[in-house]
Amino acid sequence: MFGGIDPALLIAALMVASVPIILAAIGELIVERAGVLNLGVEGMMIMGAVCGFIMAVQTGSAVMGFVGGALGGAALSLIFALLTQVLLANQVASGLALTLFGLGLSSLIGQNFVGIRPPATGAVPLGPLADIPFFGRVLFSHDWVVYFSIAVVAVTWWVLKATRMGLILRAVGESHDAAHALGYKVRKIRVLAIMFGGAMAGMGGAYVSLVRVPQWTDGITAGAGWIALAIVVFASWRPWRALVGAYLFGGITVLQLNLQAAGARIPVEYLSMSPYLITILVLVIMSSGKGKAALNAPASLGQNFHASR
Amino acid sequence: MLRLEKRPSPSRFWQGATPVLAVVLTMIAGGLMFAALGKNPVEAIRTIFWDPLFHPQFASYSRPQLLVKAGPLILIAIGLSLGFRAGIWNIGAEGQYIMGALFGAGVGLAFYPADHWFIFPLMVIAGALGGWIWAMIPAILKTKFNTNEILVSLLMVYIAQNFLSSMSLGLLRNPQGGGFPGSRNLSQYPAASNPELFAGTGMHWGVIAALMAVIAAYILLQRHILGFHIKLAGQAPRAARYAGVNPTGLVLLCMGISGALAGLAGLFEVAGPAGQISIGFNVGYGFTAIIVAFLGRLNPIGILLAGLLMALTYIGGELAQFMLGLPAAAIQAFQGMLLFFLLAVDLLSNYRIRLGYKKEAI
Amino acid sequence: MKRTTLLATAALGLGMAFGGAASAQGMDKVKACFVYVGPIGDLGWTYQHHQGALEVVETYGDKVEIAFQENVPEGADAERVLTQMALSGCNIIFTTSFGYMDPTNTVAAKFPDIKFEHSTGYKREHPNVSTYNARFYEGRAIQGHIAGKMTKTNKIGYIGSFPIPEVVMGINSYYLHAKKVNPDVQLSVVWAFTWFDPAKEADAAKALIDQGVDVIAAHTDSTAPLAEAAKTNGAVIGFGQASDMADFKPSPRVSSIIDNWAPYYVKRVGQLLDGTYEQVDSWAGIPEGEVEIGEITDAVPAEVKAEAEAMRDAIEAGTYHPFTGPINKQDGSVWLADGDVASDGDLLGMTFFIEGITGDIPQ
Repeated sequence: MFGGIDPALLIAALMVASVPIILAAIGELIVERAGVLNLGVEGMMIMGAVCGFIMAVQTGSAVMGFVGGALGGAALSLIFALLTQVLLANQVASGLALTLFGLGLSSLIGQNFVGIRPPATGAVPLGPLADIPFFGRVLFSHDWVVYFSIAVVAVTWWVLKATRMGLILRAVGESHDAAHALGYKVRKIRVLAIMFGGAMAGMGGAYVSLVRVPQWTDGITAGAGWIALAIVVFASWRPWRALVGAYLFGGITVLQLNLQAAGARIPVEYLSMSPYLITILVLVIMSSGKGKAALNAPASLGQNFHASR
Repeated sequence: MLRLEKRPSPSRFWQGATPVLAVVLTMIAGGLMFAALGKNPVEAIRTIFWDPLFHPQFASYSRPQLLVKAGPLILIAIGLSLGFRAGIWNIGAEGQYIMGALFGAGVGLAFYPADHWFIFPLMVIAGALGGWIWAMIPAILKTKFNTNEILVSLLMVYIAQNFLSSMSLGLLRNPQGGGFPGSRNLSQYPAASNPELFAGTGMHWGVIAALMAVIAAYILLQRHILGFHIKLAGQAPRAARYAGVNPTGLVLLCMGISGALAGLAGLFEVAGPAGQISIGFNVGYGFTAIIVAFLGRLNPIGILLAGLLMALTYIGGELAQFMLGLPAAAIQAFQGMLLFFLLAVDLLSNYRIRLGYKKEAI
Repeated sequence: MKRTTLLATAALGLGMAFGGAASAQGMDKVKACFVYVGPIGDLGWTYQHHQGALEVVETYGDKVEIAFQENVPEGADAERVLTQMALSGCNIIFTTSFGYMDPTNTVAAKFPDIKFEHSTGYKREHPNVSTYNARFYEGRAIQGHIAGKMTKTNKIGYIGSFPIPEVVMGINSYYLHAKKVNPDVQLSVVWAFTWFDPAKEADAAKALIDQGVDVIAAHTDSTAPLAEAAKTNGAVIGFGQASDMADFKPSPRVSSIIDNWAPYYVKRVGQLLDGTYEQVDSWAGIPEGEVEIGEITDAVPAEVKAEAEAMRDAIEAGTYHPFTGPINKQDGSVWLADGDVASDGDLLGMTFFIEGITGDIPQ
């Protein structure tokens, strides 16, 4: 069944395919760890895609494009922050509205940029490393954003686990009242987390428009933001698991297309629903094995905070 | 300095006034956007909010269409609101909507071309069942294995979409359709169709079901012990357990109701306005209904109004597109703005805005 | 059906109000309306239809007015949009996606004085409904020829959207002509189950490339497959789809199929203006200019280019039909005997692969 599929190429392909989802998922993971549920990931991703694209075309630099993407995503997330943190609006509805608004706004902004090619983002020259059999192809022949996405996961993990900043963030997400009583500025921390989430989603979107596709067209992120949301839950709010989840999802997506290309005799419609099915299956196995301990959703997730006392 | 003071109970006045205020604010902000796009803002706003209701040329047609568009939104949102109140997050109504349509249409097409009175009622049952089954999957996984229902219900949407493609290309494909995807048109099969019941009103069984759901949910939440349990589980889960609420039962019930209602919406849509199963059958009602549920503050009457308002912006937005040449994207952004303002001004009904520094708590 | 009469009366009133005595005498001014399934910025299917619409204005100036609506879902919403357009005084309405077939016919019944034109469908239930489509398989034949000549690995790929006759026809034409010039050629088909999802299209192209495919044709609308091919530094080539995708010249985009709806739109609106309009079932291709072959670049050897252009010219002159027998079906049974030409009916209902293609069409 796996005949004709080169595992090195497959792994290399899935690492690239998963980048937008990883970046967006890590951003959302921080947001949710701070106790905020932002369902507007898709909207922030596509704003990042269009802003990043425009920035890259205008400056001629792909790196600046990613900066632009991060800014675009963060700017849109500020609307969400204003609504939920200052005006105490419902988070679920605000997030969905954000997606609707982002899809519309991105299309308006991008009107004059349809059909242009952005500056290229090449592979990082790692010299002889790239020539190592198998590992060279899998690990050492990617563009910088692939490495960056893994680094972001590592840093996020470290910050959450080992730093004071991570501790405060988690405290705010677990019990905002207690965190407030301890003197932490709940609202400020949450706004910063939301902006980080927006910036990461924006970079993920920029990866789609600058590297994966690379072009600007309406609706280019095509639902990646929703998958990122699912991956955060899949990961039980843990960074490395988010990486695993994104690779699993991306891997099955790539594998099913490879199986088709290799002429495997499996009905296509089952292949194409397989990434979703297998993600659910893996989650079931994971959460049934460890019981409740596996589910560490931040206790204050989705609840607004108002310092009444 | 401005600060917020929580009201003991939401202000009646502001609950009524905030939607109006939000619409006015949206008109101003949206008008600025339309002006920036080089369109006459007054004309654009009038086309979106006024013309679908009162335009001499369109209104007689678009007014009933409001019901057609709002029907499925309200029906799905009512179901979702029960779960949301109890803290159960079914965001996969879109998938349940698809499965309801597939089950219902499948039953109807199985009888083709027979003509029996019971075909349509059977389809209704099958539609509800389809949505119910699809919602039971995340519900059972949650109660048995503790998996998160947000994730499972969302991913089930994609699986349902693949089923939909597969069915429109395979099992349910119209044998007389020359190999093209899509089922037979149910509107041309009277025993299985869901027609307009009174000419020119837009009323079909789906709209009636939506209105019935509003009333039933209202009674459930106001008068019935179950409604109390749902509210209690959402506000104070621990107290709910002491009060004898069975959390497993509640998950199954809330997911089941929302799934069945979404399935019904799908069935009424496929048998009525849409007419057939096709690859692009689902157009996002399941997701928009989440917004409608929250805009209506999870209150049945509120959902009814929110559903109608959403429908108005869709239909008005369509008119504005081809009458004024506004891009579809501008309408989408405009809808987003309206939602932002509706959500933002909600603050006024729950909080008082005070000047000065806070007093000591008593 | 009281509403029918109600609407018909309204339409009649409007018809008069808008000064368009739509009869054999022609009209002074035509309002042409277009219903699009995607955004006009998709750079593919909808973009090309909109270019056609703009060409109508360009041609007739003040005598026409156009209105359009983007992102119209296929199904219930289409029926409403069409009705509102009809009520707004459109004289002719073009519905540019297959899924609008039933709504178009339903609404056409209520507005007998308004002309409806449905793209890619086959139902003409009322005298005021016409259908039109383009013979994209003619372009696929030329791409197949180039693919067969250019492939070094003898593996060519095709990214299919949905397994419908339109797409199956294109795959068969592509493979047939590749096989003709290169008997060793093997075709891999990947079904994306989407018309437009750039990331997924890129993944599909990547999967094909990883399988050793070095010529990729796509029946999905984005440029993502070409962009993926571009990353191979010339090892993999592809074709523009729907629009020219000239940004990827000279390689990987070595040629393209351009949907050019302008000639048809200009012709039909013109006929409405001068009173010669009649119901038609139009299926035009390269000869009418509806399917254009984008420039074949220098990445293609001169002789291959000349052969491809000769094939294009033969199709244009009507001397060559891409589906000319002998052609067998996948199971080896005879489809077309030697010298037979496929009938339009056969093509429009094509749900089988031809002999030599491995893999099944999803059912």
